[in-house]
This record gives sequence, structure tokens and C-alpha cells, in this order.
Amino acid sequence: MCGNEALAEAAIIAGCDAYFGYPITPQNEVPAYMARRMPQEGRVFVQSESELAAISMVFGASATGKRAMTSSSSPGISLMQEGISYLAGAELPAVVVNVMRGGPGLGNIAPSQADYFQATRGGGHGDYRTIVFGPSSVQELVDCMILAFDLADQYLMPVMVLADGILGQMMEPVVLEKKTSRELPAKDWALTGAKDRDQNIVRSLWLKEGALEAHNNKLQARYEQIQRDEVLCEQYEVDDAEIVVVAYGIAARIVRGAVTRARAEGIKVGWIRPITLWPFPTEEINKAADEFRIFLNVEMSSGQMVEDVKLAVAGKTPVAFHGRPGGGVPTVDEILDKIRQLTLRAKIPV
Amino acid sequence: MKTVFKRTPTLKDCVTHYCPGCGHGIAHRLVAEVIDELGIHDRTIGIAPVGCAVLAYDYLDVDMVEVAHGRPPAVATGMKRTNPDKIIFSYQGDGDLASIGAAEILHAGHRGEQITVIFINNAVYGMTGGQMAPTTMIDQVTATTPRGRVGAEQGYPLQVSELLATLPGTIYIERCSVHDPAHIRKSKKALRHAFELQVDGAQGMSLVEMLSPCPVYWRMPPAKAMEWIENEMTKVFPLGRLKG
Ligand SMILES: Cc1ncc(C[n+]2csc(CCOP(=O)(O)OP(=O)(O)O)c2C)c(N)n1
Ligand code: SF4
Ligand SMILES: [Mg+2]
Repeated sequence: MCGNEALAEAAIIAGCDAYFGYPITPQNEVPAYMARRMPQEGRVFVQSESELAAISMVFGASATGKRAMTSSSSPGISLMQEGISYLAGAELPAVVVNVMRGGPGLGNIAPSQADYFQATRGGGHGDYRTIVFGPSSVQELVDCMILAFDLADQYLMPVMVLADGILGQMMEPVVLEKKTSRELPAKDWALTGAKDRDQNIVRSLWLKEGALEAHNNKLQARYEQIQRDEVLCEQYEVDDAEIVVVAYGIAARIVRGAVTRARAEGIKVGWIRPITLWPFPTEEINKAADEFRIFLNVEMSSGQMVEDVKLAVAGKTPVAFHGRPGGGVPTVDEILDKIRQLTLRAKIPV
Repeated sequence: MKTVFKRTPTLKDCVTHYCPGCGHGIAHRLVAEVIDELGIHDRTIGIAPVGCAVLAYDYLDVDMVEVAHGRPPAVATGMKRTNPDKIIFSYQGDGDLASIGAAEILHAGHRGEQITVIFINNAVYGMTGGQMAPTTMIDQVTATTPRGRVGAEQGYPLQVSELLATLPGTIYIERCSVHDPAHIRKSKKALRHAFELQVDGAQGMSLVEMLSPCPVYWRMPPAKAMEWIENEMTKVFPLGRLKG
């Protein structure tokens, strides 16, 4: 099963009631799969007229308490920012998958990680966050999708899953099952018709003086809780490492190969791999920076996550960067070279 | 004494924010009456637009959502497809429906979504201060057509209902007006029919357009505004059934 199909099936396992989407490469397998599978399950599939409409359809289904998702790739995700901001403002759950491609503009259809800023900073207008996953294998993509639906319902907000063209097309064996499930709050806010209860209203407009500020403070308190409770990251041989490589998604897969070879050469190198990009594993990286080590951030962009790594390291040790923008994919050799160069510096603390 | 006129339960007992002589209040009342007469209050979900009617949920006592400018038909699609047993209506202004949301209304109609659309045509953008709308009349002075609308420069009044009537997915479209009691009664009949079609599970979208006064940005007293609908607007936007 390719990553795109696996993520679609994962959504079905997670109980996704409705999929809305507009075609764009490299994620076209998702709507094609959903068009076939959702009706089989008695659920909803609609090909929308645009990504603006797709995210608005998600908004509508979600407002009635249903689990809804959409998927797209970078240019389409830009159009969805309106709806994502409204979902965040109206406290509605939703799952949005971005199978990233090269940008800016129409860019290309090569794999990319250039939408990190857009995803982790909110992306649309207003003070809000989305939970963002950056899985690095098809299995993890599946697990993140299933968790994404639960987190969206628990925290009442849009959750994004960032993949890229490689992960979307990659074939890997997967176990498709819901391993965990959370205790989730009842959706007593949902629009189901005001039967034997008062009217429910779903809105993002707060006109009374101070009301919007209070609403924002409520959202921020929730985001703080998420930062405390929901960080996921993986560490490998960091304890004795002189160099720590930080990478996520498909870049982390390549990094793993480079680190294994560097270790074989006797270089003390490990890695930290954020699985949630927001909340970011700030504490984990900050702790690792207590010892003098050089951090190397590897990304398929001109340098976006590296800003979060620098914030986490908080000036305690140097942070180097290696990135490939515009759909470029770093090779194991490239990263290994970079690690070798940094070894020389790591020997002489400055 | 016999009560001949009273508030209908779905219309809340409160003061609205609408200007004196505004048509939105009349339209709200008609929608509320129809919901109560059809007994669908418990399963109706309404969508408020961005526009002067953004606070419609403060006046209509049904489950409601307020959504992004122009997107009500897409939101309604998401709601109806996942809740076929619910009655879904969108309430939209002419800027919302005919300009920024032109794609959404066209494609909801095109797909034949089983929703009811209430389209308030007041020939201006009321909420933002009376700018030109796609439906603004030729020579009409607005904040952004200070010399009056010129067809060759700003386009001609857009007859969206006529356009939507050409789609196989729309089953009922009627243009009404709220400028006098007789027309208000006709508007209500049309609204009732539009909702009934959805209640009966008819396959497709129903839409009622209502010509509605905005005395403030038409720069005339309320009574004059009603006359202007009768004498001017109906020439460009002829009343009657366009489909179904
Ligand atoms: C994306 C976006 N663009 C612009 C606006 C500003 N805006 C608010 S209401 C409105 C026009 C409303 O006009 P109409 O739909 O005709 O409703 P009316 O107020 O006349 O009833 C505009 C442009 C907005 N809220 N969102
Ligand atoms: S500005 Fe016009 S449409 Fe808006 S409330 Fe006033 S009269 Fe009604
Ligand atoms: Mg208007």
C-alpha cells in the first residue's frame, strides 16, 4: 500500500465520516481511494470545486459533530488557510493532510518540506495553532492519522499531518489498526437541531468588548496544555553524541542512513526526530544542548524548522544547517560529508 | 379579544441591530414562521453569512453557524451530506452569494445539493458601508461608484438567480420582494415551498431571492426605498418563478 492510500484507510479506521477534497499532485491517490472506499462504508465522499470549498465542507460536517477530513498539497493548502483559521476560531475538530511539494507558487511536484512555517505558525490569520505531525514512515503516517482524529476531538481544533511526495508514493508494509483510543469529551456543542435543548451556535465572531480577547486566552491555555502533554519525538544515541542531527519526515529517514554510516566510521553522532512539529520537542532538544554538542538541522527547505531548533537550543551550543529547497532531496553522502566536517569543529569547543 | 398577529416561537423576542426600514428583519420573520409552520424547528440548521445578517443566530432560535464570507453553500454541503435527515438552509446577501461566493453557490447548485438558500438582494454591501455589489443597479451611487455604476466599467447587475436556474441541479428558484404586504405574503409562500421541497427529500437545491431595502446605503427614507424596489429594481430583477 502506498502512503497516500494508507493514510486514507487509516482515516476510515479512525472513524472519519466524510472526506472532501480537490485533486492535486502528489496526493491524488487519496481522493481516488476515498471515492471508492467511503461509499462502501456508507460514508461521505465529495469532490469539491476548490480547496476553499473543500475546507468549508469539512467545517460544515464538523460543526454537526461528524469526523471530517481533507487532503491536498501545498498550493491547495494555501487556499485552505481561510477555513483552517475559521475552524480554529470556532473550535471545530478537523484533520488536514498536506502532502507537500516544492514551492513557492506552482513550484513543482517534487517532495518538499517547505510548508513547515505555514503549518506550525497557524498559517491563516489570527492567533492560533494547529497540532502538526511530521511522520517519517508509512506506518507512522497511519498511526499519526488515527491519533490526529482523536486529538482534534479532544482539543477541538484542526490537526495537520505533513507528508511529502516520497512518503505519499512509498510502498511499505503497514499494520492498519487503532491501537489506542482516548476518552473524548461529548460533542454537546454540535449542531444537530435544537431538540429538547437550547439553540447551539457555532461561531468565530466575538464582538462584545473583551470577548475575543477572552476567547483567545482560552485557546492559548489549551495550546499550553498541548505543549505540555502531546509532544512526540524520537532520540537515537544522543547520550554520547558530539553531533546531534535534527530532522523530521522523509529527511529523517535519510539522516538515519547517514548517522549509521558515520557511527561505523567512529563518529559520535546521534539524532533527534520530532514527530510532532507543533508542539515542538523544545525541552528535549534544550536538554540535549546542556552538553556541548553541535546540532545539525537537515531539512528539505531553505531552513524553517532550524529556527525552532535554535530557539530550543537557546544559544547554548552551535546549530548548523543543511537544506535542499525547491524539491531537492539531500543524499546520505551529502549529510555524511556535513557530519564529517562538523566533527572537526566538535573536537574544539569554542 | 382575539390575537391576530403574534411573534412566532422561532423568532427570538429581542431588538435587532438592523437599521430602520431594513429588509433583513422581515426576511428573518418569514423564515421563522415557515420553520414553525412546517414543524421542523428541532431538525433545522441555519447558516448565517458574513454581511449585515451575520448575527442572524441572535434572532433565529434554531441551531446555527456563522461561516466565512461566501462559503455558506459549501458549509451546507458538508452538513447535508453527513446529515441527510436535517433541514439545512443558508441565508446570504448579494455580496456573499453573487460575488465572493459565486463559485460555491454555482457548484452547490450544480451538484444539486438538497439545501434551501435564502438570497437577500439589496443591491449593495450593507455591512461594509454601502459599496457596489454585483447586483448594484446601473447609475446607482454607492461608496465605490461615486458617479453611479457604469456598465461598461463595472459590469451590469448580475442576475444570479437566472443563471442558477439553468443548472439541472436546481429544482426551484423564485424571485420575490419584501416591499409591501402583498409581496411579503408571496415571499412567504415561496419560502415555504422551498423548505417543503427539502422536507420532502426532493433532489436538488431550492432558492428564494428576495429584493430587500437598504435605505441607509440607498440614501433614501424607508418608504422611498420600498417604492424604488417596485419602480426600479423589479425592472432589472423581474419577480416570479424562474424554475420549478
Ligand atoms: C474574506 C472577506 N472579505 C471581505 C470581508 C468584508 N465584508 C464583510 S460583509 C461584506 C459584504 C456583505 O455584503 P452582502 O453579502 O451583500 O450583505 P449585506 O450586508 O448587504 O446584507 C464584506 C465585503 C470579509 N468579512 N471577509
Ligand atoms: S446597512 Fe442596509 S442591509 Fe445593513 S442593516 Fe442597515 S439597512 Fe439593513
Ligand atoms: Mg447586500
